[in-house]
Amino acid sequence: MLNKFNLCKMTVLLSALLSAPLALAATDNWQMNMYKGVTPLSKEIYDLHMIAMAICGVIGVIVFGVMFYSLFHHRKSKGYQAATFHMNTRLEIMWTIIPFLILIGLAFPATKVLMRMEDSTDADVTIKVVGYQWKWQYQYLDQGISFFSNLATPYSQIQNRQPKGPWYLLEVDKPLVLPINKKIRFIVTSNDVIHSWWVPELGVKRDAIPGFMHEAWARIDTAGTYRGQCAELCGINHGFMPIVVQAVSEEEFAVWVSQQQQVVDIYAASKVGAPTPKTMTRAELMHMGKEKYNALCSACHQVNGKGIPPLYPALKNSSVAVGNPISRHITMILNGVPGSAMQPYKDQLSDEEIAAITTYERNAWGNNTDDEIQPGEVATVRQNEIQSPTIVKKAQAGGFR
Amino acid sequence: MSHALAHGNEHEAHGPEQGKGVIGFIKRWLFTTNHKDIGTLYLWLAMFSFFVAGGMALVIRAELFQPGHRFVDPNFFNQMTTMHGLIMLFGVVMPAFTGMANWQIPMMIGAPDMALPRLNNWSFWILPFAFALLGSTLFQSGGGPNFGWTMYAPLSTKFAPPSTDFMIFAIHMMGISSIMGSINIIATILNMRAPGMTLMKMPVFVWSWLVTAFLLIAIMPVLAGAVTMMLADRHFGTSFFEAAGGGDPILFQHIFWFFGHPEVYVLVLPAFGVISEVIPTFSRKPIFGYHFMVYAIISIAVLSFIVWVHHMFTTGVPLGAELFFMYTTMLIAVPTGIKVFNWVATMFKGAMTFETPMLFAVAFVFLFTIGGFTGLMLALVPADYQYQDTYFVVGHFHYVLVPGVIFSLMAATYYWLPKWTGHMYNECLGKWHFWLSVISVNIAFFPMHFLGLAGMPRRIPDYALQFTNFNMISSIGAFIFGFSQLLFLYNVVATVRKGKKVDGRVWEGSHGLEWTLSSPPPYHSFVTPPDIL
Amino acid sequence: MAVKNHVKLVTTLVIMVLGMFAFGFALVPIYNTLCKTLGINGKTNATAIAYDATHAKISKNRDVWVEFVATNNGGVPWAFYPKTKKLKVHPGEMATLAFYAENKTNHRMTVQAIPSVTPGIAAKYLKKTECFCFTQQTLGGHEAMDMPLLFHLDTNLPTNVKTITLAYTLFDVTDRVTH
Repeated sequence: MLNKFNLCKMTVLLSALLSAPLALAATDNWQMNMYKGVTPLSKEIYDLHMIAMAICGVIGVIVFGVMFYSLFHHRKSKGYQAATFHMNTRLEIMWTIIPFLILIGLAFPATKVLMRMEDSTDADVTIKVVGYQWKWQYQYLDQGISFFSNLATPYSQIQNRQPKGPWYLLEVDKPLVLPINKKIRFIVTSNDVIHSWWVPELGVKRDAIPGFMHEAWARIDTAGTYRGQCAELCGINHGFMPIVVQAVSEEEFAVWVSQQQQVVDIYAASKVGAPTPKTMTRAELMHMGKEKYNALCSACHQVNGKGIPPLYPALKNSSVAVGNPISRHITMILNGVPGSAMQPYKDQLSDEEIAAITTYERNAWGNNTDDEIQPGEVATVRQNEIQSPTIVKKAQAGGFR
Repeated sequence: MSHALAHGNEHEAHGPEQGKGVIGFIKRWLFTTNHKDIGTLYLWLAMFSFFVAGGMALVIRAELFQPGHRFVDPNFFNQMTTMHGLIMLFGVVMPAFTGMANWQIPMMIGAPDMALPRLNNWSFWILPFAFALLGSTLFQSGGGPNFGWTMYAPLSTKFAPPSTDFMIFAIHMMGISSIMGSINIIATILNMRAPGMTLMKMPVFVWSWLVTAFLLIAIMPVLAGAVTMMLADRHFGTSFFEAAGGGDPILFQHIFWFFGHPEVYVLVLPAFGVISEVIPTFSRKPIFGYHFMVYAIISIAVLSFIVWVHHMFTTGVPLGAELFFMYTTMLIAVPTGIKVFNWVATMFKGAMTFETPMLFAVAFVFLFTIGGFTGLMLALVPADYQYQDTYFVVGHFHYVLVPGVIFSLMAATYYWLPKWTGHMYNECLGKWHFWLSVISVNIAFFPMHFLGLAGMPRRIPDYALQFTNFNMISSIGAFIFGFSQLLFLYNVVATVRKGKKVDGRVWEGSHGLEWTLSSPPPYHSFVTPPDIL
Repeated sequence: MAVKNHVKLVTTLVIMVLGMFAFGFALVPIYNTLCKTLGINGKTNATAIAYDATHAKISKNRDVWVEFVATNNGGVPWAFYPKTKKLKVHPGEMATLAFYAENKTNHRMTVQAIPSVTPGIAAKYLKKTECFCFTQQTLGGHEAMDMPLLFHLDTNLPTNVKTITLAYTLFDVTDRVTH
């Protein structure tokens, strides 16, 4: 076993050398233990973890101590004569009861912490978290704020064309801003498949299950930035939908809330009153389009536009991207294709971005339609969608569940 | 004891019925009803699958060597993780132990063959077709299954590629094979023991398979139900796992894990049986606490049915459920602990020698127990909130499966191969295989615990920079481990073909009916029942 | 050696198989009954529960906040939100509110709202008398409606529950409509 330790050290050194050219993150690259975290729950979880490890360690030392002693001394090569005993009922009962008692001892603190975890009453702020493929949506129910939080790491970093930033894969465009010293209640659900919202330093992990709502809570005691990731396999970009929580003082939180765009109803958060659309050049459209396409669309439709049929159709030579009307193409990006993995992007992308993506898709990979879509066209399609509804008294009867 | 070698008057000893040429070869292996041949078939299938699934693991570890998209895209990566899991469990461990069971159980209980020899043949021959079907999914349009071997709905129903249906059929076929094999094993053990061999005189390995067979019969239909419901949701308009129609994705998890948890004990109980055979032989001492070992196996099997929700602690199950399943999961540590103590007590004051099987067995006791400790940590619900779906879990189950179950399979192979072939394997090569494996397995899997604690989730093809160092170490260990297994393959093939001749006893400390037969044993092991002392 | 008569054994086995098959069918009502009586199905009622206003027992000295949340699943192109976000109720007292639903497309669509209550233990104490979730709802293109919800909380609601969140998820079931 000495060999193992030296070899391990050598390997560690070797890999340290190999990792030298990589950008040094501003955190511990050799983190071996759980975060203590910044909430009362995360700290209790940490303590429980350490107690469990200590108990296992002590048992291990005793049991393996006896075993290694035997391995060295009770050898035929040392001339040791084998004994013949093969049972001892009293010993068996002893080493059944003692572990059982140890487990009871461990169960007490575990039960206590668990009961505290399940108590999310009297929260000050409630956040609805919705998992999407592959981003998170945060809705502040009492403040009327709703937004999506996407991975902000540039695609070229993922493709190794640019050096990776310190928070590679752990950065988002719009973090979740929360006040410290307030009890925050998270109610978590999903839009499509099962995801899981996990921020280790807050001690919160809750599965996001489509059709169901579950809650968790945290009280953050220190301001700072806390990062987490999706913790349930949810498809292609499961590893690319991080969570960033920015914990700020109560005053800063109030200021931030007032600066956010209030949505009329946070459940139909669509951009109302678009600003005057600008004109973009072909080059601008293609450049932004390619960048956005690679970052957002290529996971399914692939960088070469060939998709992964039948679930993710090809865009190269597709009738949508090559044919008319162009408004159909734009509508598909705005509204998605309900019932499929193609999500609506109207709440997430601006008119410029959608115009750019549409232009790129219609001209890349040999599609060559020469179409240039301006942001104004996208705004028009959006507006056409908005039509005053007819209020009815009674929905037409559907079937029973 | 040598009565067993007497050729009965009614039946002349003979070898396998193999005709001439290629057709003769194919017919022998296709139509054999002999437990030794069928055992061999299972073991070769497992060996082949081991390298296929191992290759997939190396694809995974190659991609994870450094952050950034390197070799494979995320969709293919997800297919690799899914298939690696499915093939390792259903294509390596289960067939390998079934092969061990087929070879060893009749010899250990003094029977001529299994109770249902033709059923035995069919149980095996379903498998190559099942695995061909499963493997074919990787080449179908849309790619192979990419939702993890745990197949959670709705990722595996509404959002899954078309090849999923073929995977479901493959699973049905494997399930049928396991159920038939288990029926055969139970019938054999309960009906064909030599007179005088009471249940409490059976070798521990036979006990472990008796219990495992009952577990399999109980759980395989549950898996079949779960995947059939998946199929129905996909194609027949049902909503078992879809809230829209009144169903619940969590229902899938409950059904799957009701199968899944006893399944992992199906994987490990025969391993416990093997270790309980190897350690006494090389300690030259009988197994300590035979009765308690048997009771422990039975209690583990019974308890395994009431712990399944521990895979679902973060899904929002009620507090009462979390408490109940936390307590039962912790409880299962007690019988497992008893077994570990008994193995150590068997070694204690023995006269040990360290041939390759013993090396693997000792490593099993040490490293499986480490996996058991992390399992106990995972049982604590609040702590589990930080471990669930991270590399901590990956580290845990790889410790119990690789230096646990796989090492026990290797111990079993080195232990019994001389009996089966009549040739001694190359001990030097065996030791090289062992040391390379045991060192590299720790380099590969121990850092995973750190990664999980530091916050790295499972099933991701790319990761944040701060996880780089331990990932690199792990990948290096994985590659060394993978290539070391070629030594094993070479040793096995070489031993089958030639090697130093061994006698019936093979090992100085061996006891049991199988060692009373010649090496290799006669085609029909015990034509007349042996006398049990 | 005479061949043993296996008729009795085979008959017993066949009866056992048929019995297991029947047990499988019986499991459906068994599950429903057990889950309801033990209260472990974590779901709210799927059919209306009548409210007797004259004999209702109301815990006037206890307040419970009920929050309402709406989510569209799979990008359903409807506007769907509660017109009242929060209500303070006394257990036993009937509460009324409406959810606004608007079909933003040009074509007829059918949706199903699925309720989910958190904390889970409160689910069986939330009794709905009228709910749009009991049936599928169909709206023509660009039609909108205020869908009513009438419910009360059972007075046996555990006292440590002070806030209940009733969340509805809207699913598009246009292609699964049962006629």
